[in-house]
Amino acid sequence: MESWRRNPLVFAAIALPPAFWLVLFFLVPLGIVWLYSFGENIDLVTIETTWTLENYRRAGEPEIFTLFVRSLWLAGVATLVCLVVGFPIALVITTSSPKWKSWLLLLIILPFWTNLLIRTYALLNILGSRGRINEALGWLWEMGDGFLTIIGLGQLNLLGERFTPLTLLGNNFGVIFGLVYVALPFTVLPLYAALERMDRSYIEASLDLGAGQLRTFFSVIIPLASSGIVSAIIITFIPTLGSFLTPDLLGRGQVDMIANVIERQFKSANDWPFGAALSFILLYATFFALAARSLLAGRRGREDAEAF
Amino acid sequence: MFRRGNREPIGPLEYARRLHLRLLFFVTLVFLYAPIVVLVIFSFNDSRRGGNVIWRGFTTDYYVKAFNNESLMEAFANSLTIAFVCTLVSVVLGALTAVMLWRFRFPFKAGFEGAVALPIVIPEICMGVAMMVFFARSGISVPPDWGYPWNLGNITIAHIAFSFPFVAMVVRARLANFNRELEESAKDLGATEWQVFRDILIPHMRPGLVAGGLLAFTLSLDDFVITFFTSGPDTVTFPVKVYSMVRFSVTPEVNAASTVLILITLVLTALAIWLQNREKKETRQ
Repeated sequence: MESWRRNPLVFAAIALPPAFWLVLFFLVPLGIVWLYSFGENIDLVTIETTWTLENYRRAGEPEIFTLFVRSLWLAGVATLVCLVVGFPIALVITTSSPKWKSWLLLLIILPFWTNLLIRTYALLNILGSRGRINEALGWLWEMGDGFLTIIGLGQLNLLGERFTPLTLLGNNFGVIFGLVYVALPFTVLPLYAALERMDRSYIEASLDLGAGQLRTFFSVIIPLASSGIVSAIIITFIPTLGSFLTPDLLGRGQVDMIANVIERQFKSANDWPFGAALSFILLYATFFALAARSLLAGRRGREDAEAF
Repeated sequence: MFRRGNREPIGPLEYARRLHLRLLFFVTLVFLYAPIVVLVIFSFNDSRRGGNVIWRGFTTDYYVKAFNNESLMEAFANSLTIAFVCTLVSVVLGALTAVMLWRFRFPFKAGFEGAVALPIVIPEICMGVAMMVFFARSGISVPPDWGYPWNLGNITIAHIAFSFPFVAMVVRARLANFNRELEESAKDLGATEWQVFRDILIPHMRPGLVAGGLLAFTLSLDDFVITFFTSGPDTVTFPVKVYSMVRFSVTPEVNAASTVLILITLVLTALAIWLQNREKKETRQ
C-alpha cells in the first residue's frame, strides 16, 4: 500500500471517476432527501427546507407507529423462520460429500438469481384462493369426504358442507410466506460459511465426552456458529424490513410495510417531506442493525467479523 | 437399493445422511422451486381468462402473443440496453474503485469505503426515492424529448450507482491475492504506470471483471424498485412492464414472458459457473 502523495496524478486518474459517480449520483440524492425530510410543502412543486421536525413527529402518530411495529414484526418473524429452516439446510450442505457440496449450495442459491418480481408473481398462483395450495386442499377434502361417506359418516358433514378455500393472500401469512421465500437463500450463505469454517473436532469431542446430539447442537455447534448466525440475521432482516414488492403484491394493500407507505407518499399522496422522513427512519433502522452487528462481531475478534 | 446393508453406518457428524434432515432439504427445495415450475408449466396453458387457474391443454400461443406484444418487447429491449450500458460502465468504475482501495492510502479512506458499501446495504426503496427526487429537482436529468436510447439515461445512471459497488467488491477480492512483486519488477524493467495497469493488473483482475460484469448485468436486468421510481411513461423496463400487467390484469402473456426471462437468467448463471470452473482449472495448472 502506497501513499496517494507519491503518485498524485495516478491516484486522481483512478479515484476521480468512481468518487464523482458516487458523490453526484448517490450521496447528493440521499442528501436532498435528507434535507426534504426537514421541509414543508409550499405548493404543489416547491418544498422548502425549514428545519421543521413535524415530519418526524408525524411518524410517531398511532397509525404510522403501528405500521413500524407491524413491519418490524413481519420482518422479525420472517427472519426467525429463515434461520430455523436455513440452519439445518446449511448443516446438510456442509456435511455432504465434497462432490455434492457445491451443487447443493447452487440449488439453494439459484432462485436468488431469478427475478424478484417474477418469483413474487409466481407465488400469487400458488397462494391464490383458486391457487395450487387450495386446489390440493380441496382435493384432500373431496377424498376425506368420500372416505367418510364410504364408512357411513357422510351425512354428519364432519368436514363441513363444502370446501372453503383458505385465505392465503392479503394477510400476514401471505406476506411472511413471501418474505421467507425471497430471503431464504440469503440466510443460508453466511450460515454455510460459518459452519464450513468450524473445527469439527469440537463436535467430535463433545459427542465423545457423552453429550447427546441435541446437547452438542445447542451447546457446541450454535455457539461456534454464532458469528455466522448474527450475520445471517442481519443480512436477512435488513432487506426484509425494507421490502416493497412482497407486501405490495401478496399483501394486496391489506398488509402494508414501511416501503409501501413511503412509495405512496412519493407517488399518489405527493407528500415528499413526510416520505423523506419515513425513508430516513428506515435508513437509521438499517444503520442501527449494521452497527449492532459490528459491535457483536467486534467482541468476538476481527477474524469472525470478516467472515462475511 | 439392495446394497443398503453393505453401506457404512451413518457417522455422528454425517448430518447430510440423516433421513429427517434430507427430507427437510427436499421440502425446502420444493418450496423454492415449485412456484417457478408451476409458472413455467402454466405459461403453456391454453386458457383464455386468467390462465393460472385450471389446466386446459398445451399451447405456445402466449409465447407468440408475448413476442407480438409491442410494448412488452420494447420494455424488454429497454431492459437489455440499460443492462448492457450499466455493465460496461460499472465494470470500469468498479475496477477503478477496487484498485484505488487496494493500492493507495489516502485521507478519509475508511469513510470512502463505507460510502462505497452504502448502495449495497441501504434499502432499495430509499435509493429509489432518492434517485427520483434527484432527477426531478436537481436539474441534472436527461430531457425526455431526446428520444431512444438517450431517454433511458436516468435509469441507467441509477443502475450504475448501485451496481458498481458490487463489481468493486468482487474485483477487490480478486486483487487480494495479487503478487505485488510482479508490479515492482515490471516497473524496475522500465514499464510505465499505464503499461503495468494494462499488461499486468488487468489480466490478473480479468476473472473478477467478468464475474462482476455478470453480476452487474443481472442486477440491472432484475431491478424493479429503483427503476420503478426513475422510469417515465415512455421509458418502461421489463420488470416495470410486468408489474403493471400483474397489477391491472393477469394475462397469460406474463407467464410466457417471465419464463423467457428465467431462461435468460439461467443461461447467464450457467455461463458464470462455467467461467469460474475454467478459471479454477487454469490456476491449478
